[in-house]
Amino acid sequence: MRDSLGRIAAVAGKELRHLRRDELSRAMILGIPLIMTLLFGYAINHDVRHLPAGVVDLAGTSASRLLIAEVQASRVVDVVERFDAVDALETAMARGRISVGIFVPADFERRLVHRDRPIAQLLIDGSDPVVQSAARSLQLLPLAQAQRSGPRFEMRVYYNPERRSPVFIVPGLTGVILNLTMVLFTAVAIVRERERGNMELLITTPVGALELMVGKILPYMAIGYVQAVIIMSLGVWLFDVPILGNPVDFAAGVGLFILATLSLGLVISTLATNQFQAFQMTFMSFLPQLLLSGFMFPFEGMPVPAQWLAELFPLTHFLRIVRGIVLREADLLLLWQDVWPLAAFFVVFLMAATIRFQKRLD
Amino acid sequence: MTASGTDPAIEARGLTRCFGDLRAVDDLDLVVPRACIYGFLGPNGCGKSTTIRMLCGLLTPTSGSARVLGCQVPEEAERLRRKIGYMTQRFSLYEDLTVRENLAFLGSVYSLRGTGLEKRVDGQLERFALDDRADQVSGTMSGGQRQRLALAAATLHEPELLFLDEPTSAVDPESRRTFWEHLFEMVDQGTTILVSTHFMDEAERCHRLAILDQGRVVADGVPDTLMEELGATVVQIESDRSRTIRGAILKLSQVWHVAQLGNRLHVLVRPDLADPVGLIEARANGIDAAARVSIVPANLEDVFVMATEGAPETADAG
Ligand SMILES: Nc1ncnc2c1ncn2[C@@H]1O[C@H](COP(=O)(O)OP(=O)(O)O)[C@@H](O)[C@H]1O
Ligand SMILES: [Mg+2]
Repeated sequence: MRDSLGRIAAVAGKELRHLRRDELSRAMILGIPLIMTLLFGYAINHDVRHLPAGVVDLAGTSASRLLIAEVQASRVVDVVERFDAVDALETAMARGRISVGIFVPADFERRLVHRDRPIAQLLIDGSDPVVQSAARSLQLLPLAQAQRSGPRFEMRVYYNPERRSPVFIVPGLTGVILNLTMVLFTAVAIVRERERGNMELLITTPVGALELMVGKILPYMAIGYVQAVIIMSLGVWLFDVPILGNPVDFAAGVGLFILATLSLGLVISTLATNQFQAFQMTFMSFLPQLLLSGFMFPFEGMPVPAQWLAELFPLTHFLRIVRGIVLREADLLLLWQDVWPLAAFFVVFLMAATIRFQKRLD
Repeated sequence: MTASGTDPAIEARGLTRCFGDLRAVDDLDLVVPRACIYGFLGPNGCGKSTTIRMLCGLLTPTSGSARVLGCQVPEEAERLRRKIGYMTQRFSLYEDLTVRENLAFLGSVYSLRGTGLEKRVDGQLERFALDDRADQVSGTMSGGQRQRLALAAATLHEPELLFLDEPTSAVDPESRRTFWEHLFEMVDQGTTILVSTHFMDEAERCHRLAILDQGRVVADGVPDTLMEELGATVVQIESDRSRTIRGAILKLSQVWHVAQLGNRLHVLVRPDLADPVGLIEARANGIDAAARVSIVPANLEDVFVMATEGAPETADAG
């Protein structure tokens, strides 16, 4: 047992040394999260201006007109059309003529006074994340009528009801980026040794298959956390994403997800015969996850078989966990339904990689 | 050098390995006594590496069986790992790690720890004259330095049995000499060494030898004995016109094989020939070529030629 731990530590230490000397790996550790967060981040930035908006003002009072004028003054939206009913507004949105709708209910004045319910509704075309995040800034607009704290706009996201808030995007982005980098790191980890001829020596030593796998995972676990911190920090500093939910739960969820993706990478590494193949397989496993996990498109809108398929992806479960923690402040116990699939994925894939990794050349 | 009483280090029977249609190793029988240097001599592709890999438990034999240090391979390969060292044909240490890092990694994989590990690594560095290169990245070293590092790594855990697969292929003659000194030193301490090579002079240094050709053992034994019991007479011809002589004597059915080395011809003739020198001199005179002809002792090259090409079947009296 002590010997075994020693060998795992030896492999892990060696991996770290490789990383320290390999510029490409170092660039990947820092570069990928930086670039991807910035790219996605500008899709959720707050400087979006002049979104075409439609208005349904059922109250028609001076106060409601003032509200609309203030929204207009923010220059986030341009009111381009007025409608008599919500139906007409929805049709316009479906046709793409407007991407934001402002709905002021008939009892607007009463709501202003009582402050028990939102004063008005923002209807948002959620299929475009730019719109969604821009509208969020509207939601926070300090309206004269609602200076005192209390619900202002109620936001309703159309076509993408799952992502109610951009606070989810950055943590979700953590999952997407980790999914790519973690799989990539371990996918080449074993292939590389085989390609460079180190494997023939390594399998002649007493190091066991499982020891090798665990030793190769450990350093990347730490690197995964470094990347998660980079992404979240960028989110906070550049895009004002608030950190919600329990950080311990979030960290545990990230850890579990990292393990699952690393073990997927190991399996790829035992399947691929060279590094190029490993890269190809990584991207082949990444694309469906990106598309079907619910990050790009709403999960509920997908065909049922695609949903079943998505249940097999670690990213799908990780996004649900993140959403739960960040949006609903749920803890991991509550999210058990998505925690166990990640754990199972890790164990199954680690075993698969261990079994597939024969200490033989034939 | 046969250690009577104890088991041999390696015993293989009918060892065969196919890759598709190719029989890379074909029905190989092998007995390697303990505490000796056993050589595998043969050209590229004759199955040396494949045999060594099977004996290390890295390749599963298609058929046949082998016991290495009392372990059945490949079934008991895991138990064998600690007792053997393997220096692969291709440099297999990490080129982006330094000499010391490579040795330290392997040491900890073999469960060496702390000061014990440090001492052993320092010991190997000194022994193989690598101390001034300890912090050099191994990928930047010369062939000879890499070879010393690979040997230092393979012997770090003091294995009973050492497999060396063409260890001197990429190395200058000086390095080869010191390398063999290391090997003899280890054998004196009781290590068994199996070394593959395609150099005749290196094979001659082995205590015992197996000559491989196309996956088969075509001859084996003590090098001196193999050379003494060649089954042919070796005649050397020195002449300015050796090429012409070569053409002439090749027509003689008593002459089996002629190899040219500069101005010299190295000729294998039937062993039962009464006066080979006279025969060849007569032939040389017949084409007006001045030649010095003498009988010389056989070398391993002759053994190899005889073993692979053999005595021609059609060689009846003539
Ligand atoms: N993994 C393999 N797949 C297919 N053929 C192989 C493999 N390994 C070796 N061979 C073939 O087996 C033969 C013996 O190879 P090898 O044992 O490497 O020879 P040597 O070490 O004596 O040069 C060669 O013809 C080689 O091409
Ligand atoms: Mg070889």
